[in-house]
Amino acid sequence: MKKITGADIVLESLKKIGIDTVFGYPGGVVLPLYDRWPSHPEVRHILVRHEQGAGHAAEGYAKASGRLGCALATSGPGATNLVTAITDAMMDSIPVLFITGNVARNLLGRDGFQEADITGITMPITKHNYLVMRAEDIAPTFAEAAYIATTGRPGPVHIDIPKDVFIEEADFEWPEQISIRGYEPFPFINEDEIKNAVQLIRRAERPIIFAGHGIIQADASKELMEFAEKSGTPVLNTLLGLGSIPQDHVLSYGMMGMHGSYWANHAASNADLIIGLGMRMDDRALGRFADLNPTANVIHVDIDPAEHNKNIITTTPIVGNVREVLKILITQFEPLSHIDWIHWIDELRRDHKDSFKVPEVDELTPQYIESRIAEKIGNEGVVVTGVGQHQMWAAQLMNISRPRQLITSGGLGTMGFEVPAALGAQVAEPNRTVWTICGDGGFQMTNQEIATMIDENLPVKMAIMNNGFLGMVRQWQELFYGNNYVSVNMSQPDFVKLGEAYGIKSLRVSNKSEVDDVIIEANNHPGPVLIDFQVETEGNVWPMVPAGAALSETVETSDQVKAL
Amino acid sequence: MKHTLAALVENHPGVLNRVASLFRRRGFNIESLAVGTTEQEGISRMTFVVEGDDNVGEQVEKQLYKLIDIIQVSDLSREESIVREIALIKVRSEKNNRRDILDLVEIFRAQAVDITEYSVVIQLVAHPETVDSLLENLAAYPIIEMVRTGRIAMLRGPQAISVPTTEPVEVARFHQASGRRPEGELPYISE
Repeated sequence: MKKITGADIVLESLKKIGIDTVFGYPGGVVLPLYDRWPSHPEVRHILVRHEQGAGHAAEGYAKASGRLGCALATSGPGATNLVTAITDAMMDSIPVLFITGNVARNLLGRDGFQEADITGITMPITKHNYLVMRAEDIAPTFAEAAYIATTGRPGPVHIDIPKDVFIEEADFEWPEQISIRGYEPFPFINEDEIKNAVQLIRRAERPIIFAGHGIIQADASKELMEFAEKSGTPVLNTLLGLGSIPQDHVLSYGMMGMHGSYWANHAASNADLIIGLGMRMDDRALGRFADLNPTANVIHVDIDPAEHNKNIITTTPIVGNVREVLKILITQFEPLSHIDWIHWIDELRRDHKDSFKVPEVDELTPQYIESRIAEKIGNEGVVVTGVGQHQMWAAQLMNISRPRQLITSGGLGTMGFEVPAALGAQVAEPNRTVWTICGDGGFQMTNQEIATMIDENLPVKMAIMNNGFLGMVRQWQELFYGNNYVSVNMSQPDFVKLGEAYGIKSLRVSNKSEVDDVIIEANNHPGPVLIDFQVETEGNVWPMVPAGAALSETVETSDQVKAL
Repeated sequence: MKHTLAALVENHPGVLNRVASLFRRRGFNIESLAVGTTEQEGISRMTFVVEGDDNVGEQVEKQLYKLIDIIQVSDLSREESIVREIALIKVRSEKNNRRDILDLVEIFRAQAVDITEYSVVIQLVAHPETVDSLLENLAAYPIIEMVRTGRIAMLRGPQAISVPTTEPVEVARFHQASGRRPEGELPYISE
């Protein structure tokens, strides 16, 4: 067998894993890898403008497609710039392979130019990481890394490769099989726990499902709906679980949590059986743990056993792929119905509808814009958001009904996620319309990726909800810090001129009446579009569960917050 | 409550760092940690003592399992087990009190491993509580220096913490198994 360089082995390995796109940024120590790239045209390299952008783009790619994303950076600052994206991928369980170069082996640990102990840094923020010290180890490491990143609870895996390992030659031997003795991603589903769960389901009078990101990751939407229908159980979604069940499904009651609906939060608090499916009982979704619903039984299905009993006591923990578990559960009981319980929630929904809809005012509101965008692109489009008020309104009002329709940073809450993630989503889904809803704050963190969109001809539509404020921070300062606005009022560049400077179609909207036309114009434009929506400045997201409060303490107006 | 956990780990560089980092990040309090080799090449054994209720014990065990380099974890405080620790205690001693110290050594079935005109070094291999008890009894004499290994533990009887057998996974199939496209359907395959 002819020996090839470590750089060639890396690229051959990427092809074997099935990675067709790498979001990357070159630099000193990865030059040997870039030098070999022209011989491997099957792997598309997308040159970003900042390594954080590469990371978020790889996340957007993975979230939109369900496949392994890949980001590449050089040593030192290139590698540390990936850290936010790696952490984001870790918190939201996104399968992404992060590759960094490092200084040559003889310089490791000697504080050489652009050296950072990046494997030391990424250890707590990756599912696993590697420092590859020999060219012959590259292929098995990549095979293992892809296996770990995409199986079980998915997550980021980081591979660090010293410069001279890219140059060293070795045989390319791709492993046929993988066996990691400390890793069991296909756990045996415990029959006793299934039996216990079925008993609880049969006995329950007021059951509720919390459907999370795991449903989407495991492609279990169909099974979720079947299970909900057969057991007559209403379904609530976590933020990242949105899309696992269509909003117009008769058992779908939308999002729960800090900005979930009044009825969803009260249903969660009044149920006698909570069925958590592929979700991690997060504080933003559940409010104050102790007062979520202390008397309810809890069935918690998650592939990661460490999630059971972590935040709330689980009556029946089931470890396993949520789709496999649901397939078994569905066959174990006769159809059930809970008419009274569902009527009770329906009534709440009727009474509290007003806090969860587009405000009927003359001013231009983000809620109005976002609901119009949703209307115009339908469920086949992709919505990518940043973090903050606009994100919550997107979750509430954009009718997210298809798995992978909404791409958002949940666990880490990364402002600046939106532009690069939208870019990555557009690469993964070239035939879908991709809109990114940006805040004016988050947009300015990563807007340089517009240049990447132009290079790669990615027709992302960027809608900036420009209120001149860091809206969510301002809302908290208004409600919880006595209107004491500190460092939230920020000046903006002329976004239209900025877009034009990049050479993309750029529009400004300040009237409600123009919104529909501009959305249609953007949709019809073949390239990227930037729209500066001049929206009302001090709108608040309602309803709200104040931080540290219980879901049953959901409030719908400022006055109610003040009365707390 | 104290939990004594034993973990079999891959003898990879950085594994101690991974474990230490996990304990720090999750706020688990390690009271002692001992690492050493096992009967199997490439596998080390770590013994942890963690303070906390049953929930903490459960979380430590599960969080450890999430580390790929951790092969097997067992909470030995739930079972009948042998727990030992080694202590070396250097005591200031002169002729007039040496006999008393050596009596204590005998009572505790310890050993005097070094004796000079002014000092005795006592070695004790015992349950940590026995070590504590010896230290209490030695309180009357000035202790110059003391070192303890941290506890190690093993199950009583024939059962052992063993490496689970893992079925190798066909690389080409793993995408499909987790609900994603099998490798054959991916856009680029180089042969």
